[in-house]
Amino acid sequence: MAAALKEIVNKQVSILTCDGRSIVGQLRGVDQVTNVILDECHERVYSADAGVEQVVLGLYIIRGDNIALIGELDADLDSKTDLATVRARPIKPVVHSL
Amino acid sequence: MLFYSFFKTLVNKEIAVELKNDVALTGRLHSVDQYLNIKLLETKVVDAERYPQLTSMTSVFIRGSVVRYIQIPKADVDVDLLQDAARKQNTSSQP
Repeated sequence: MAAALKEIVNKQVSILTCDGRSIVGQLRGVDQVTNVILDECHERVYSADAGVEQVVLGLYIIRGDNIALIGELDADLDSKTDLATVRARPIKPVVHSL
Repeated sequence: MLFYSFFKTLVNKEIAVELKNDVALTGRLHSVDQYLNIKLLETKVVDAERYPQLTSMTSVFIRGSVVRYIQIPKADVDVDLLQDAARKQNTSSQP
């Protein structure tokens, strides 16, 4: 597992947290329980009625418990999307039991 | 360890993963680990319009704890073998 994640260290990633937030930044470190160090990160707040709001965060450690998904961002694709025009309903939080 | 070994046999196959927040993804299985964390390549989001947050991602690492379902093509699984192995594991663990 550490190996799968080590491949994307120092790349630009987008992390989907268990409460439905999207945090984008440079992946600097990982460990066995997917705790993550994210550098120069910002949260992208998506909304159904307004464009994407980017909140600058800086250097973060995100605890592995709270991470749902780590996606490697394709720089080209990401730069082509005009965030001001994107509209989206929030992603649902992760629910472990029904 | 049984399902970890099982998923290792599915590396490079196309699978679909549904998460506990209802997000669904498809992609090629790149790797799996003991926690059943999954790394997918050539990832596509099932409802891309609903989840623009995920469209720029190429490869995706999914934490095992948030997976609800993993859908695999029937042809890639020997169900009888799997069922047999599971039965053996369950009976051998009894005192």
